[in-house]
Amino acid sequence: MRFRIYRYNPETDKEPYMKDYQLDNVSSDMMLLDALLLLKEKDPGLGFRRSCREGVCGSDGMNINGTNGLACITRLSDLKEPVELRPMPRLPVIRDLIVDMEQFYKQYRDVKPYLDVKDPLPEVELKQTPEERDQLDGLYECIMCGCCTTACPSFWWNPDKFLGPAALLQAARFLGDSRDQATDERLQALDDPFKLFRCHTIMNCVQVCPKGLNPTKAIGDIKKMMVKKSL
Amino acid sequence: MNIEDIPRRRFDALIIGAGGGGLRAALQLAEADASVAVVSKVFPTRSHTVAAQGGMNAALANVLPDNWHWHMFDTVKGSDYLGDQDAIEYMCRAAPKAVYEMEHFGVPFSRLDNGKIYQRPFGGQSQNFGGEQAARTCAAADRTGHAILHSLYQQNIRAKTHFFDEYFAVDLLKDEQGNILGAYVFDIHSGEELIIEAKTTLLATGGAGQLFRTTTNALINTGDGMGMALRAGMPLQDMEFFQFHPTGIAGRGMLITEGARGEGGYLVNAKGERFMERYAPSAKDLASRDVVSRSIYTEVKEGRGCGPEKDHVLLKLDHLPEDVLQSRLPGIRQTCITFLGIDPADQPIPVYPTAHYTMGGVPTNRHGQVVIPVKDTPEEPVTGLYAAGECACVSVHGANRLGGNSLLDILVFGRSAANHIIEYLKENRFHKVIDEKVIKQAYNRLHRWDTNSGDESVDDIRHELQKVMEENCGVFRTQDVLNNGVEEVSKLAERLKNASITDQSELFNTARVEALELENLMDVALATVYSAAARTESRGAHSRVDFTERDDKGWMRHTLYTSEERKLDYKPVRTKPMSVDSFPPKPRVY
Repeated sequence: MRFRIYRYNPETDKEPYMKDYQLDNVSSDMMLLDALLLLKEKDPGLGFRRSCREGVCGSDGMNINGTNGLACITRLSDLKEPVELRPMPRLPVIRDLIVDMEQFYKQYRDVKPYLDVKDPLPEVELKQTPEERDQLDGLYECIMCGCCTTACPSFWWNPDKFLGPAALLQAARFLGDSRDQATDERLQALDDPFKLFRCHTIMNCVQVCPKGLNPTKAIGDIKKMMVKKSL
Repeated sequence: MNIEDIPRRRFDALIIGAGGGGLRAALQLAEADASVAVVSKVFPTRSHTVAAQGGMNAALANVLPDNWHWHMFDTVKGSDYLGDQDAIEYMCRAAPKAVYEMEHFGVPFSRLDNGKIYQRPFGGQSQNFGGEQAARTCAAADRTGHAILHSLYQQNIRAKTHFFDEYFAVDLLKDEQGNILGAYVFDIHSGEELIIEAKTTLLATGGAGQLFRTTTNALINTGDGMGMALRAGMPLQDMEFFQFHPTGIAGRGMLITEGARGEGGYLVNAKGERFMERYAPSAKDLASRDVVSRSIYTEVKEGRGCGPEKDHVLLKLDHLPEDVLQSRLPGIRQTCITFLGIDPADQPIPVYPTAHYTMGGVPTNRHGQVVIPVKDTPEEPVTGLYAAGECACVSVHGANRLGGNSLLDILVFGRSAANHIIEYLKENRFHKVIDEKVIKQAYNRLHRWDTNSGDESVDDIRHELQKVMEENCGVFRTQDVLNNGVEEVSKLAERLKNASITDQSELFNTARVEALELENLMDVALATVYSAAARTESRGAHSRVDFTERDDKGWMRHTLYTSEERKLDYKPVRTKPMSVDSFPPKPRVY
């Protein structure tokens, strides 16, 4: 199987280039990460992040034949040759497929992604009905891989002002939690021409999310909450 | 960079590792206004806690009657009487509070109709000291580890904990008296080195599942903290006890949670027989993990395995209502679809025992203090050094960990270690002076990879090590096989000295990180095979074909392995709990 992989080590390379690789004996049940690990044994300088190998840690987000995804849960047999691998778009490249995700993490921190309960806490659990808990499904499972945000044109244009789909999904996760008591502050903090409203429902985020989540819907729900609040 | 020019930073507490144990401790310390640095070789939410599925145990009695004392009994029995009963009592008593805290931190636990936290049955759980099955495992669907790790990271954002993300810890630093005073680390992004001076250091680096070829563990689980502790002269305790999870996806290793059986799934062999009924007539598929793993292994060995190679058994979930699968087990359902192309709602899952959990580790007491033998004292605390979670051995899991007790362990002992650190800091306000020789040793260990021109490859040695460990230190063991393991691992350790790497870049050099990881893994492998070859009995996960019985007279004691001369020592099990009567050893029947 043939691969073309983006290579760039600022220490030794003047500029980025695409390097061709060939891998023999590819079996039908192999994932892209399995192939990358084998290629790295031949070319140890090839840089990429990886850890869990099963799509829960979010380390190995990359651009695969033009679409963001996780290498560990992308089946080789589903990919057209040569498989072209690039770092996730719009973030600074540290080396090869490894990007500097600080901007992405900052957006996450900016939405205050933690439960805020103002009442005194009981000595047991806060109660939540199964229906209230169901509201968090599709929101809490995010693994922060960055696939959605770096696939979003609004993020490409305004990476420092628009919060991006991943951070906004987190905002929705806490706005949607029946236990959280900071709804007004959260909505107020998002009421800005850029942070939230630069989402133009292009829906790249939904298309690429490896966990099947829907940030666009979450953003829509936040907008609805804002409208309701202003009435 | 010259060794004199390496920058130094000072903190009250250094935490190495940002999984659940490290983050729980960090939060406690940050809230107590201690200056705390968390060093992690991956961004915190990539830590392997994220992969825990089934849940955490606590006697909340939300579903069935329960109390902490029953939980304690099950844990002692599950440990095959090798667990320390004071630590187990402490953990089981603290469990409900640990769960409520996590709930208050935002963990989206699944819920019962009355609004309380959902609890599911798990292996080895009973009511009333060995009676009916209990339901003690608090779950967020089958993504409990993810929910806990992310919530803890979020709370640390609130508490403004100082993170050194993607920094690799090379070695512990100490003074001439042996006080631990921080660590020598480097920034993986830039390659820049840094000396972190800390009054206290907590190891929370997780397990060493990468010892084995087929494992549920992430590629980062290379026993780094254990390796660092060994090199600093600490022993590792009970390393012969390695848990093989009964239900990894056959041949691939992805974990299928015990919760799948807790929700009503069961195992069948090629004849379609529910074989666990023969091995564990009362608990059946929810017997302890060591018992279920041995049963699967035996079924396959005796020719009743499934598939063309007869090399696995099947986990059936297709009789469960689809909404149970979707609401309680959505993660493993997706994993099966992704990796096997089968939906467990329609077809059974091929499973086989898979390396999963390091019961052994750096010996600690229940305050997380690392304790070592000094003269006649078997457990003398090492000033400044703490350990918690899978890298530690406190020992609450003894010879076999119960499902659901691992997330509990990291949260309870992450917290208790932090509380002890807070007390220590009140009495010890000043930094001690690090021995420059120790800094030099760490520097040399790191920079040996810049100059080495040996012709061995890191990848080759790692592959061979994983194969040797799988073949010589697996579910069933004999003296010959274990001796062979000692010999083979020793040879590989020699070869590692002649390994080199071709990538000499400073920027995000993953080849260098993998070389350093392999050094840690090798030290842990030696500890494991040496400890295993010496223990001539069967207890928990250490199952000897040539010594099939548990020998309480000769072997109800903890193993201590030290790197210097690869020496073994032993210390007694702490059979006296904190307040209740001791559970004396009994035959272990499920």
